[in-house]
Amino acid sequence: MSLYSSIRALAQKLLRGKELASEMEEELRSHIALRADDLVRSGVPRAEAERRARIEFGSRERYREESHEAAGGNYVENLVRDVRFALRMLSKSPGFTVVAIVTLALGVGANAVVFNLLDALVVRPLDVPGGGNLYQIEQRNAPQQSYPDYVDLRDRNRTFDGVIAYEISTAALDSDGRPVPAWLYTASGNYFDVLGVQPLLGRFFHAADERGPDSAPYIVLSYAYWQRHFQSDRGIAGRAVRVNKHAYTILGVAPEGFRGTELFYSPDLWTPIVNQRQIEGADVLEQRGNRGREVVGRLKPGVTPAQAAADLNAIAAALAKQYPKEDDGIHFSLARPGLAGDMLGGPVRAFVAGLMLLAGLILLAACANLGSLFAARAADRSREMALRLALGSTRGRILRQLLSEAWLVSLAGGALGTGCSAALLGALRQWHPVPDFPLTLAVDPNLRTFVVAFLLALASGLFFGLVPVRQVLRSSPYQGIRSGAAGTDGAKRLTFRDVLLAGQIAVCAVLVTASLVAVRGMLRSLHASFGFVPQNVIQINTDLNGAGYKEDQVPAMQRRMLDAVSSVPGVTSAAYAGRVPLNLGWAQNDVYRDGATDYRPSNSAAEAMEYSVSPGYFQTAQTTVLRGRTFTWSDGKDAPRVAVVNQEFARRLFGSDANAVGSFFKIWGGARVQVVGVVEDGRYRTLAEDPQPAMFFSVLQSPSPWTWLLVRSNRSPQELEPALEGALRSLDNGMALTMNTWEKELGAALLAARAASLALGVLGGLGAMLALTGIFGMAAYSVSKRLRELGIRIALGARRKEVLAAALGRVLRLLAIGSAAGLLLGLAATRLLSYIVYQATPRDPVVLLGAIATMMVLGLIAAWIPARRALAADPLVLLRDD
Amino acid sequence: MAEQAQILPGTLDLLILKAVSLGPLHGYGVLLRIGQISGSALEIEQGALYPALFRLVRQGLLKASWGTSENNRRAKFYELTTAGRKRLREETDGWNRLAAAMGSALAARAEEV
Repeated sequence: MSLYSSIRALAQKLLRGKELASEMEEELRSHIALRADDLVRSGVPRAEAERRARIEFGSRERYREESHEAAGGNYVENLVRDVRFALRMLSKSPGFTVVAIVTLALGVGANAVVFNLLDALVVRPLDVPGGGNLYQIEQRNAPQQSYPDYVDLRDRNRTFDGVIAYEISTAALDSDGRPVPAWLYTASGNYFDVLGVQPLLGRFFHAADERGPDSAPYIVLSYAYWQRHFQSDRGIAGRAVRVNKHAYTILGVAPEGFRGTELFYSPDLWTPIVNQRQIEGADVLEQRGNRGREVVGRLKPGVTPAQAAADLNAIAAALAKQYPKEDDGIHFSLARPGLAGDMLGGPVRAFVAGLMLLAGLILLAACANLGSLFAARAADRSREMALRLALGSTRGRILRQLLSEAWLVSLAGGALGTGCSAALLGALRQWHPVPDFPLTLAVDPNLRTFVVAFLLALASGLFFGLVPVRQVLRSSPYQGIRSGAAGTDGAKRLTFRDVLLAGQIAVCAVLVTASLVAVRGMLRSLHASFGFVPQNVIQINTDLNGAGYKEDQVPAMQRRMLDAVSSVPGVTSAAYAGRVPLNLGWAQNDVYRDGATDYRPSNSAAEAMEYSVSPGYFQTAQTTVLRGRTFTWSDGKDAPRVAVVNQEFARRLFGSDANAVGSFFKIWGGARVQVVGVVEDGRYRTLAEDPQPAMFFSVLQSPSPWTWLLVRSNRSPQELEPALEGALRSLDNGMALTMNTWEKELGAALLAARAASLALGVLGGLGAMLALTGIFGMAAYSVSKRLRELGIRIALGARRKEVLAAALGRVLRLLAIGSAAGLLLGLAATRLLSYIVYQATPRDPVVLLGAIATMMVLGLIAAWIPARRALAADPLVLLRDD
Repeated sequence: MAEQAQILPGTLDLLILKAVSLGPLHGYGVLLRIGQISGSALEIEQGALYPALFRLVRQGLLKASWGTSENNRRAKFYELTTAGRKRLREETDGWNRLAAAMGSALAARAEEV
């Protein structure tokens, strides 16, 4: 109580309430005295005069109240009184209160989390000054550009203030004699200047630092990496380190909030792109056909994206004419930056928008749930209200009190939901779902989210608080005098509460269906054929370029590494490759029919995934070889170029597997390659992709300093990993190695499906819970309302079935109607999911039956306790009650 | 005593403004003055005066100060503000127009239509 009295004291101090009240009191007293004086003067005795003066004045209590209101003095006082009363009423039924608060907390919490995602991924531009003016320059809806094209765009455009290029890469960073793999951006010299970011310490690199290949051996550290690896050393600028064994200098540290130009990636450092050869080993900056860099431009003020696109495509036309071999048919478009353009951005934004819709539905269901709970409660309190009306309270007053209760519940629920969502967002921020890649979710529990959550809670409170209004407005003082059992009227009519319940169940059924579709797709994706068997394989990744090996040393070292791991006891087979399917990153190249002489992109026969693999790769990966042979050690540098292709490749270029073996095709640049074998199709970039053509080259003929060793064994990874590491370290102690099981590495490919399934699963679970509480609430209410009637029925010999039908028939009918509507809606909605969730199909009988079964089970569980209560209705006890 | 009429809703404020415009009055005095100027034809429950007075003060049409009544009792006296005087003029005009219109409407006879 002391809290309220202190609030009240404060309010009165603010509004001079006490002063006003005593002044008013004095004025009314003076009025009565003056009137009494008059009456005395006209001959009435003093005592009688005072009595009459008081009577003539009318209800002093009422006028004092009205005067107070007229003077505008009692808002806060009334509010405090309402809140106190509401608290008392709520604490009288703690079960109701807890259910209501938790229900709302779920709804508000889910919305806060999804809103934050939406805000971070869709609404907010990149977190740099003027981020709204930044646009990703794309080609064929992918953010890939070549460096020479970038330079032309940068220098020839007239619509951008600046254009930057960058690429995600890794290198071995050695600051203390022990090289560790670090994730970085190679970035154009103008990167920080165009983005408008200022260094926290030291300086950034600039366009003026670019003086030809490998001319700028500088690195800029990210704030997190500086903290983690350099213990926030403020004297770090100018420190000499080694990157891939080359001497580099740390220029400075980026500010804390700046994590580069991609929302999902937190780099450890930035290096100038002109040093790309030292970072990545291969020199690709001169190749106009090598499109691996992302390009982002800052629009000049007043220029529209459409004008900029026209400007860029004028350059594209010139480039296509100038460099027909590489740039034929080139076309640029603009996209929002931050999620690799539209490549990730499209599906991610669609998915988050879908989630927002579902979360909105959750809140709607929660509101409907609370609305019917409040309506039921108001109905139970109709006697109390009638009594209060009879005692002179106004309907406005009663409504205000009901609304105070709703708002108290909504505030408590909103606070709880927001708290939970803040905790969840914090956890999501720390979540690293992919091994050895700094993938982060750009969520950020910020004030904006909390304000939105708070407003949502208030709006919900208003919504469900207003549901019982009609009831209150209709209630009359006489109702209270009549018998309290008057509750069966309108039992046949469809009430607003019925509509609410059916609507709520429909929404919940949508959520349950959607989450079942997602979970089913997830299960399927886990059991899908990848075109390899990831179980029992360990991947060891190293960059030999970073370890200092040059050209011819690379294949020799790879062979020694392969021999070393093959001789570890328990290893059944081993191989290596430049890349592995379904890991992060991929290479794709145009291929041409054997007769082709025109190597423009528009003349290609297919764009095929490209891998270079060692002999033994298909055996180790357990990729089924359908025809022909795989590679041997004699498919070397000087032997004819050979390739193994997958079925899709064979079908597209040669019509069938049988035709493929022995046939030739050409790769970009005109080299002829003979197909020696055909393997099964697999998945290469993502699980949900369409069948992709793929070609595998002999790693001896297409060498790569990137080395992914695949080691299949019958021993556990825990036993094997130290032995493998020992074997490799005995060859070269200075290599930066990462080791993971293949299944763990698949995390990246499975991430989208997993995250989607998790999110939809959670929302579906929330939907199920809301359905449960909603049905339970209505069933329990309907039983308690008709307990007397049921008791009489039982006393008159009704059978159990009849009693149950009377008590719960209506609720169960609503459940059936709502579920059916929800299922149909859900099936329609899951079409939208199908391109994120692997093989999500709404026409899956398991999903359909699962959703029906789920709703039935939910209905049964929720109706169980009320049904027991209905059957146990004892007419004697009930009649004694009154 | 003259026959009494219920006062129309909304007219109490105007009556109070009129009463006070003839000189500062305390609450009871306002009642007496209204009775006097209306020839005791209007019936007001005494307490109902006060919500109206407080409302007018809040609207800035009246101002109040404590003083002493003719028979030496402490009482709160009300007087018109400039805004109150202006409002009284407007409302009086409005009332007169309405009363004239109502009067002629109700006095209409069949042959005049």
